[in-house]
Amino acid sequence: MKSSERYSSPAIALHWLIAGLIIATFIWGLVVSDMPLSPAKFKYIAWHKWAGITVLALVAVRLLVRLLKRPPALPAHMNGIERVLAHGGHLALYLLMFAVPLTGWLMSSAYGFPVVLFKVVQLPDLVAQNEQLAATLKTVHETLNWIMAACVAGHVLAAIKHHVIDKDGMLYRMSLRGPRQ
Amino acid sequence: MKQLRLIPAALLLVAPLLQAAPLDTGKSQINFTMKQLNVPVTGSFKKFSGTVVLDLKKPETGKADISIDTASISLPTAEAVGEAKKADWFNVAKFPSARFVSSSIKNLGGGKLQVAGKLTIKGNTRDVTAPFTARQEGALTVVEGVLPVSRLAYKIGEGDWADTGTVADEVQIKFKVAIPAGK
Repeated sequence: MKSSERYSSPAIALHWLIAGLIIATFIWGLVVSDMPLSPAKFKYIAWHKWAGITVLALVAVRLLVRLLKRPPALPAHMNGIERVLAHGGHLALYLLMFAVPLTGWLMSSAYGFPVVLFKVVQLPDLVAQNEQLAATLKTVHETLNWIMAACVAGHVLAAIKHHVIDKDGMLYRMSLRGPRQ
Repeated sequence: MKQLRLIPAALLLVAPLLQAAPLDTGKSQINFTMKQLNVPVTGSFKKFSGTVVLDLKKPETGKADISIDTASISLPTAEAVGEAKKADWFNVAKFPSARFVSSSIKNLGGGKLQVAGKLTIKGNTRDVTAPFTARQEGALTVVEGVLPVSRLAYKIGEGDWADTGTVADEVQIKFKVAIPAGK
């Protein structure tokens, strides 16, 4: 059973834009956190923060788009467990897309290194400076990142399963190129 | 024995200095804010000492001599503190203290003083001046101010760190000095 119903264009554009940003910011964060202190590190951390806050803003828009325009229904062939997994996976991804940048922002505040978006807009500190809290938030930020990486891997594997095993054409609902006629 | 006889003479020499009150370091603080990619990062020096003579009625006669223990620097992370002590920054092994000695105090009125002096950091001495405020708080005379300095003028942040595109040249030294009532 093929579904020709697609996500709305804004939802598709945001999906891929956010996906690209998340992957780049994730890898960038891994690289930067291992760097010794240097002017380059300051610069790269700033870029990482800007990217993270951009993701946070885009995810807020995306959530709005999703609430205003319901996504297409899941394919009819999916059974109960598959449906629970699909909805649970999407819910987890949405929660993490908010939680990961927010914990990064929190950790910046706690360290006493506020976020100054694109060198222009200083974001308010979410918590007061506290090095111990900062270290805890760093661990939380890192752990959530790995959980998100696992969720993204599951998301990609599920998409491949739909495409290769179920052959239900579901991948085209989110494709930038549109459905195959 | 000869040395013993010198003691009263030495005391006479020290006597004028004793009248200058040592700072109440518990109520004083020296903070600074630098900007890296426009991100304000604040640190402080936890240990400093000095003497300040200041009569609010005759501020022109005042004098300040403050020494700062550079190794007492505090920054948001332990990694940053470690870096700040290195040769490129404060080089605390070679320059354990920074010093400010006033050269003139002008009364601007309304509790405002224009303080000029020589600030020595990392072996480099520069003339600095800024308007400070002074007020009486019970038995304490409290002087507060912000002194903008160029970090590069003192070679603070050499090598790769000299790039002001990352860490700006201007550093705001924000301080509060509490002086117990002079005798």
